[in-house]
Amino acid sequence: MSDIRKVVEIPINMGPAHPATHGVLRLKLKLDGEIVKEITPVIGYLHRGIEKIAETKTYPQFIPYTDRLDYVGSMIYNHGYVKGVEELLGIEVPERAEYLRVMMAELSRIASHLIWLSAWGLDLGAMAPFFYCFREREEILNLFEMICGARITFSYMRIGGVSKDMPEGFAERLQRFLDIFPEKIDEYEALLTENEIFLARTVGIGRLSREEAIDYGVTGPVARASGLNYDIRKIEPYSVYDRFDFRIPVENGCDVYSRYLVRMEEMRQSTRIVQQALDGIPEGDIMAKVPKKIKPPAGVVYSRVEGSKGEVGYLIISDGSDKPYRIKIRSPAYSNLSALPAMCKDAKIADLVATVGSIDICLGEMDR
Amino acid sequence: MTRTMYDSLVGILEHLGVYQTFQVLIPEPLLRILLIFLIAGLVATAGSLILAYLTWLERKVLSDIQQRCGPMRTGYHGLLQPIADGIKLLVKEDIHPKAIDRWVFLLAPIVMFVPVVVILALVPFGRTLVMTDLKVGLVFLLAVSSLPTLGIMMASWAQNNKYAVLAGLRRAAEIISYEVSMVLAAVGVVLIAGTFSLPGIVEAQRGLPYIILQPLGFVIFFIGILADLGRIPFDFPESESELVAGYNLEYSGMKFSFFFLAEYLELFVAAGIITTLYLGGWNGPLLPSWLWFGIKTFAVIWVIMWIRATLPRFRIDQLLDIGWKWLLPLALLNIAITGGVLAVI
Repeated sequence: MSDIRKVVEIPINMGPAHPATHGVLRLKLKLDGEIVKEITPVIGYLHRGIEKIAETKTYPQFIPYTDRLDYVGSMIYNHGYVKGVEELLGIEVPERAEYLRVMMAELSRIASHLIWLSAWGLDLGAMAPFFYCFREREEILNLFEMICGARITFSYMRIGGVSKDMPEGFAERLQRFLDIFPEKIDEYEALLTENEIFLARTVGIGRLSREEAIDYGVTGPVARASGLNYDIRKIEPYSVYDRFDFRIPVENGCDVYSRYLVRMEEMRQSTRIVQQALDGIPEGDIMAKVPKKIKPPAGVVYSRVEGSKGEVGYLIISDGSDKPYRIKIRSPAYSNLSALPAMCKDAKIADLVATVGSIDICLGEMDR
Repeated sequence: MTRTMYDSLVGILEHLGVYQTFQVLIPEPLLRILLIFLIAGLVATAGSLILAYLTWLERKVLSDIQQRCGPMRTGYHGLLQPIADGIKLLVKEDIHPKAIDRWVFLLAPIVMFVPVVVILALVPFGRTLVMTDLKVGLVFLLAVSSLPTLGIMMASWAQNNKYAVLAGLRRAAEIISYEVSMVLAAVGVVLIAGTFSLPGIVEAQRGLPYIILQPLGFVIFFIGILADLGRIPFDFPESESELVAGYNLEYSGMKFSFFFLAEYLELFVAAGIITTLYLGGWNGPLLPSWLWFGIKTFAVIWVIMWIRATLPRFRIDQLLDIGWKWLLPLALLNIAITGGVLAVI
């Protein structure tokens, strides 16, 4: 006779078509009632072989593919790639182009965090932030559309500079956005930050200690919420980031709530960076002198930038031809997700959903 | 003076001078039954109209809070949307998955829907619009209102789906935890009014609505109603981000819409009960009694929708904590205070 007290674990599939897994992430779960006993993330449902495709494309041809890695913050992914190729070629990018890049990358970061906040709010059952965030994101996308014609996949940054300069009226419109945006962040915070239900759902949930964060190679807001002061913009300033005055928010709560606080503060800091860049943007060219046929000398470069989800890295190996020999992309969400089982030891299903959301995954970039 | 709907209808017919003709033509008991069926039909029709437009109202309230327009294309400001939804649900394919428990699957929507309609018969809509005045109205109402849980459990089990079972179990746990505190909160009202009859309770609030005498009871009852309805912040049975869609996962077409409709009718009925027990029911100056009832009920509904648009949801264990560790002791305290004060007076 079997022991009726024996715990029966229910195997259950969360995803790849599940509203809380943000795309096509699949989690194999073993449940004991409401408690999650075992998590196995299964990825690859959005695998397009982008790294392999890179070997068949010339250097400029690969830029549009970088848009399609993280489609909610693709300016930053453009930036990491072109920066790497420029380092291989040894090109000096004009200052105006660098300022434009920083502005666009930071706006992209804000847009990405807005998407994260809206989707995560929905995971927790809060509907209103979703629509409020999309309202502001819409304005950012309008700005992007003004400057480069595209709203999602920009390919705005080119090897040696950027594709277009600010059109007429852009600076004024951006200024209007920067003026109202801090108030809007206050509005989101009014809905969530001190809400008792929200605190009950987030404080102490999905804990990832500082040591574990280092062990798993976690970067970005998730690492900074675990007390790790690690931001490429500060520790290895690229582009013109060293000229701006901004703060890297670090929280020691190690939980889902800290990740929320870090991202909210990052949006404020990004607004400050864009403001300073807009005020200090110099006149000049937006494109460096780049040879018609881009043929970097043989060599290896690792170019990294701070994405909205963590460290975005491109390892580019050139054999001297016009096509890269190999490109390896370090996608932050991939490493961050690997820490999920550590974050959700014996968590409840609802906490699992809150934690998955707090990592801010993007399958396009994870599966590549 | 309260009058039942039956008396009101007979009064109207007498006024028109047709009742006497009917009395000659049809034997008395049969006439009585016919009139009762007529009233039931009228109330059920009005109920379904109200619930159809509650879906519209909910969309409009949510969109207003979330800076959107909501339905705008079907008729003036989307007024025909509920009808369009109805047609769509009617013509949708009715899918029966292979592994279901067929009879339970078929019965569950009915078991869910019928009790809610039964409660509709007890709600006193106005001074002359009381369908039935049971002596134990409140007890009957609270008893019947927990029956839909059975429908949910049946549905979740019959679908043979793990997510649905989880949702159904959550729902059962939720209702058991909150029904107790809700009933105990209502005891305070009964102690003051001295009657279980719903029209009697409303009459007793002619001077003061009980929300002033029973603020704690009101809060407990309101939270209980939110949990009972399964609405945010207590919408675990449907928490779409965790359990996909909850207990009605595999249902489609008209069967699905029965769950949906039952929920909205429950919302209306629950708001009506709150109005009856705590907000003075149909009592109010100047306007006709049914209009007062309508205004108060829709105010409660609006608050419930507002809460849905604003708050995140709890976690299931936190919900049980609140139910057993806070609401239940507070409800008992409420009874003790009410009883003590009444004994002194």
